[in-house]
Order: sequence, then C-alpha cells, then structure tokens
Amino acid sequence: MTALRVVAGLAIVFVASYAAAQSGADRRRSGYQDMGEALQKMQDDDTANPGMLFVQLGSQAWSKPAGAADKSCADCHGAAASMKGAAVRYPAIPKGADVPMDLEGRINLCRTENQKAERLPPESRELLALEAYVAHQSRGMPVAPPVDPRLGAFRDQGAEIYRRRQGQLNLSCAICHDDNAGKKLAGVTIPEAHPTGYPIYRLEWQGLGSLKRRLRNCLVGIRAEAYAYDAPEYVMLELFLMDRARGMTFEAPGVRP
Amino acid sequence: MRALLVAVLAFIAPAAAAQQIVGDAIPASLTGQPGDAVRGRAIVANRSLGLCLLCHSGPISEERFQGDLAPTLAGAGSRWSVAQLRLRIVDGSRLNADTIMPPYYRTSGLQRVARNFEGKTVLSAAQVEDVVAYLSTLKD
Ligand code: HEC
Ligand code: HEC
Repeated sequence: MTALRVVAGLAIVFVASYAAAQSGADRRRSGYQDMGEALQKMQDDDTANPGMLFVQLGSQAWSKPAGAADKSCADCHGAAASMKGAAVRYPAIPKGADVPMDLEGRINLCRTENQKAERLPPESRELLALEAYVAHQSRGMPVAPPVDPRLGAFRDQGAEIYRRRQGQLNLSCAICHDDNAGKKLAGVTIPEAHPTGYPIYRLEWQGLGSLKRRLRNCLVGIRAEAYAYDAPEYVMLELFLMDRARGMTFEAPGVRP
Repeated sequence: MRALLVAVLAFIAPAAAAQQIVGDAIPASLTGQPGDAVRGRAIVANRSLGLCLLCHSGPISEERFQGDLAPTLAGAGSRWSVAQLRLRIVDGSRLNADTIMPPYYRTSGLQRVARNFEGKTVLSAAQVEDVVAYLSTLKD
C-alpha cells in the first residue's frame, strides 16, 4: 500500500519535472516547420530543391578565375569543405575590417581585395550562386554567431530596428514575428523570422533570393522605405536575427512559399 | 495634395482634435456626408486598399483568406456607434497606445514611410466614411 503510494508520488514528481523540462525546451520554429509537407519535401530532396541548381552554378563559379589577379576562390581556399561553418558564423567582422559584413559582403570583399575584380551586384545570379554554394557547406550545423564584443553595439542597433514601428502601417518586425508568429496574416502563417534557410528559393519570386531581399519584402509590406541595398541596417538586423536563432539548424538552400 | 496635407495636419493637431474627438468617438463625419456602405464593403474586402482582412475576419465569404490577429468584424455595428467606429478607423492608438491596428487617417508620428506613401493617409476621408457606414451595418 505504502509502496504503491510512493510509486504514485514519484510518478507525480516525474510528470511535474518532465513538464517543467518541456516548458524550458526550445520552442523556436523555423519557417520550414510552418510550411506544408509538399514544400518541406521539396526542400529536403536535393533533386527537387531548385536552390540546388544555384549550388551547382556556385561550384562552377568557385573554381573560375576572375579579376586582375586571375585567381579563383578555389585557388585561395581549396575545396569547398573549407567553407564549412562560414555561413553559420556571419555576419562577422573580417580580419582587417572594422565593421561587420554579411556573407555576401564577405564574398564581395574577396572579389575586390583578393581577386581584384568588381563587386558582384546585389541579387545577381553569380553572387547568389556563390552564396548558396558557401552556405550549403554549413547545412545541418547549428547557427553559431561569433563571440566578438565589437559586434554587440551593431547587434543592439539591429534589435532596436526590429522593435521600432515604421512605415505607413506603423508596424514593427516584433509585432508580427514575436507577438503574432503562428497566427494568420490573411492566409499566410506568420513565421518567427529565423534566417536559417538563406539564400532561399521562394516560390513567389520564382527564383533564389537573399535574406536582404526577404527583409525588403517585409519593409515594403508595411509601406516603409526600404534601406538601400548597401545600408548597414540590414547587417545589423541580420546580426540580431542570427543571434536570436543561435543553436537552430542551418538549412540553406531553403524553400519558402 | 498640399491642401490635403495641411487639412490632415490641422485635424491631428491637439487643439483641432479636441473639438473632433468626444470621449471615445468622433461624432462628425470627416466629409460632412454619410458614407456608402456598399463601397465600404468593397474597401474592407480589398487586400491592398483596406487591408482589413489581413488581420481581421469578417462576414465577407468570397474572401477565403482572412486574418486572425484581431477580433472579427462581425457584430462591430452592434458593439460600437458610428462615431465610435470612426475614431477606431481614424486612429485606434487614441484608445490603445499599443494597438497594432494601423492609423487609417493620420500622417503624423510615423517613421520611414515609403516615399510613394509619404504624407498620405491609408484611406481618404471619404473612404473612411464608407468603411464606417459598412461596419455600422454589421449587427448580429
Ligand atoms: C505585417 C506583418 C509583418 C511585419 C511587420 C514584418 N514581417 Fe517578416 N514576414 C511576414 C510574413 C507573413 C512572412 C512570411 C511570408 C510568406 O511566407 O509568404 C514573413 C517572413 C519573414 C522572414 C523569412 C522567414 C523564413 O522562414 O524564411 C524574415 C527573416 C522576416 N520576415 C523578417 C522581418 C523583419 C526583420 C521585419 C522588420 C523589418 C519584418 N519581417 C516585418 C510578416 C511580417
Ligand atoms: C495590422 C492589423 C490590423 C489591420 C490591418 C486592421 N485592424 Fe482593426 N484592429 C486590429 C486589432 C488588433 C484590434 C483590437 C483592438 C486594439 O488592439 O486596439 C482592432 C480593432 C478594430 C475594431 C474595433 C474592435 C471591435 O471590438 O469590434 C474595428 C471596428 C476594426 N478594427 C476595424 C478595422 C477595419 C475596418 C480595418 C481596415 C480598414 C482594420 N480594422 C484594419 C488590427 C488591425
């Protein structure tokens, strides 16, 4: 009788602590989890994921010499495996620089400094292809922003932009992506805005696009003036979003509706 | 355009607003005329004009995709008078500073408005009146 009571008591304690552990569990959701099964399958299957075509294009661009230095990425970096972990670390402050850059900014720094070539234009096919190729090397890794005290001030500014109301509709990123994530904006489930899949193939675009392009879509949606493509605000927002997604699984090239 | 902007600013200015807003309502029509409920329904249903169904649901069955960020519009006309509805559309932040509902007839106090919308209200005075007229028919 007493034994039974002890067992029952233990069971209750166990259930309670299990529940507590669950409530402390990671509840963050990637946009992937908010998509229908068909799109999840498309992302998971390399032969169906349109982003993989850009990864292939990127592998060609990787070993193609360019610029006055007539060097390819491969000439300096060797195999693509050397890029494992790069995408989950960016934005970061490259050696010799004093402001953070995102991955495409870093790729363009190599273009100008090491290849002595022109910067690739934002959203151009070649830049997206290289970015997809580099990002793909980190697929499956946890998002891991660097510990660098110099980043703090930039990240804080990103957080401030994220919470600031803007545009004619007077909304902030946080209103949708923190306070109303999971709810329906018209027919669309509002995702938590984790940058884990970029560059993504978005069906609405019928093409690959960067995180910057996605952020511009949201700004235009609330009728705010989008920042210029080279504006530091995007990098600040990306720093904040990557930190917010720390530890989540990187999944580039993602597919999104 | 300029005249409209001046008119809107005058409306929003505290002194002018004190005359316009009475309690939680704006008793006088913004145009001096009653709105048209049929036109108002079309504005509410239009995703890029009224934008209402992005956040709200309502008795507009042909629009399949409706939001759930906000209370349903069904019954709005029994919950609120025309004058109360008008203030809620013009600038809900007068009633709830944290509201996420956009101010449909205000241009002040907004940050980084896109150039093509700068100085413009989301809806015109006549459109606000049409929307209010439609909402006031929603009794249940
Ligand atoms: C009015 C609501 C709203 C606001 C405000 C908003 N967004 Fe979004 N955002 C969305 C919706 C809805 C989607 C998904 C769209 C889709 O899947 O078609 C989205 C998608 C995203 C994504 C892509 C997530 C993924 O899984 O790929 C990111 C990142 C993002 N938003 C960031 C932001 C940032 C940063 C801001 C502020 C500058 C912002 N959003 C403002 C509604 C909003
Ligand atoms: C971005 C989201 C959003 C949009 C767009 C929006 N609303 Fe709202 N609305 C809300 C929320 C949230 C409330 C709840 C009250 C509050 O938060 O102040 C609300 C409240 C209301 C109310 C009073 C609520 C009640 O109890 O009945 C009415 C009426 C209303 N909205 C009508 C409209 C109309 C008409 C439009 C379009 C012309 C519109 N709304 C657009 C979010 C929105």
